[in-house]
Amino acid sequence: MFSALMANTWLAATLVAVVAGVVGFFTVMRGSSFAAHALPNGAFAGAAGATLIGTSTLLGLGTFSVAGALAIAALGRRARNDVATALVMAAMLGLGALFLSVGHSYAPEVDALLFGQILAVSNGQVEACVVMGALTVLAVVAMYRPLLFSSVSPDVAEARGVRAAVVETLFLLVVALVTTMAVPVVGALLIFALLVGPAASARAFTSRPEAAVALSVLIALIVVWASVAVAYETNLPVGFLVGALVAVAYVAGRLYTWSRGGNG
Amino acid sequence: MGFWSSAPVHTALWVGLLVGVVCGPVGVFTVMRGQSFAGHSLSDIGTTGGAGAYLLGVNVLYGFVAFNVLAATAMEAAGVQRARSRDVTTGIVLGASLGLTALFLHWQTSSSTTGATMTVLFGSIFTFQKSTLPLVAGLSLATLALIALLYRPLLLASVSSEIAAARGVPVKLVGAAYLVALSLAVSLSAISIGAILSTALLIGPAATALRLTRRPGAAVVVAAAVGVAVTWLGIALSYLSYDWPPDHRGWPVSFFVVAMVLTAYFLSLLVPAERARRTV
Repeated sequence: MFSALMANTWLAATLVAVVAGVVGFFTVMRGSSFAAHALPNGAFAGAAGATLIGTSTLLGLGTFSVAGALAIAALGRRARNDVATALVMAAMLGLGALFLSVGHSYAPEVDALLFGQILAVSNGQVEACVVMGALTVLAVVAMYRPLLFSSVSPDVAEARGVRAAVVETLFLLVVALVTTMAVPVVGALLIFALLVGPAASARAFTSRPEAAVALSVLIALIVVWASVAVAYETNLPVGFLVGALVAVAYVAGRLYTWSRGGNG
Repeated sequence: MGFWSSAPVHTALWVGLLVGVVCGPVGVFTVMRGQSFAGHSLSDIGTTGGAGAYLLGVNVLYGFVAFNVLAATAMEAAGVQRARSRDVTTGIVLGASLGLTALFLHWQTSSSTTGATMTVLFGSIFTFQKSTLPLVAGLSLATLALIALLYRPLLLASVSSEIAAARGVPVKLVGAAYLVALSLAVSLSAISIGAILSTALLIGPAATALRLTRRPGAAVVVAAAVGVAVTWLGIALSYLSYDWPPDHRGWPVSFFVVAMVLTAYFLSLLVPAERARRTV
């Protein structure tokens, strides 16, 4: 499995895991699990639209996930966050239904977008991952202090000039970027498992932000590497393995918390 | 016109009525309790059950309901009260469930099953099997009965769990029972307009209703009415679209239903701020 043919797979998997681990920490802390699921679903609709008009899938993914992020942030100021997320997602998926129907989309293509095709990653996709991954990490580093502040104590942060609405919008845009990067590789349905699981698990073991981010990345890497390796050997779908391992990591975290007498 | 005499349309209108009436009240509680993510997740999770049922050759609706109730129990057993952590647990269960869907699809070797999955995900009210209608009707009535039974304690618990507990309401039990009702409602709507879009019918009409009225009793009725209206309009528009470009096969009914749901919601956003509640 360590042949040259698999190099792209390992590279893409590693990049996605690192970025998901980092962004996932903030996703979990901010309670944005729903958005982390909604944006990839919406992005999928964008890819379907791109196929329909014959343009690049990546462009479709990017456009819809950015539009979705902005819409959720905007609507979220007038409505509850979870209602805003649900409605924006519904809007994008409704369009997706139209695009797929009108475009007679080829089922394997849809399958690849939903579940990913990590065992068949092109050079172009790896390049895209590197660029977008770098951008994402840079964005998080640049935003780190206000993002952390606003996520932990939104009211105090607001009083100190960190506008929650701005942080929310920027953060969702970061998730949109992660989505665009990861959907071609791991698929729309599972990028969010990587965003939520490792970070949730990591936070059970440590409350220090830097340590939690590092642990989140480590867990994400282990999950992804193990999933790719087992998928390669057994032909089981990567998506299934990721979903299962993420659940195991989370349960481990919960058991640890419980054994120490806490009640996360 | 042909619309009123078409058998698939009759079935579709009945299904739309049942689903709209069920999703209205359940949706109102979902929005009030801030459990939109759980409501959405159960539709994707139900798809897993549907895919599994398909593998076993069992009626897909049973698979939906069984798996949903199982997942809802898991989410409740994880026993987390804080909304953020609850969402994370929901996310993990959803992630594992989506992984299982990948596995079930992998085990289904014929290419027609990806098509079947597409139908389950996006649904088509027009291809709904008429023979399933009695089952859907029965489940709808059961769900409504459950909500009617739970109404007062659930309302109390949803507004303030502390006050409810102080007044003797078994908050956890009520919450669990609500999740069962939610599982049933989501399964029903997922079967008819598709798993991915059932969330729109659950959340949209309820959010619309809650913007228009403060009283929960009125909201429940308005939500049901809006739900039925948008579904029927969606059906009518889809039927009309049969002559539309690009290839005169009609546009999907799910698209129209979602469009109508969003139209209703955005119209409700025009309601002046003093009357509308910020909480929805």
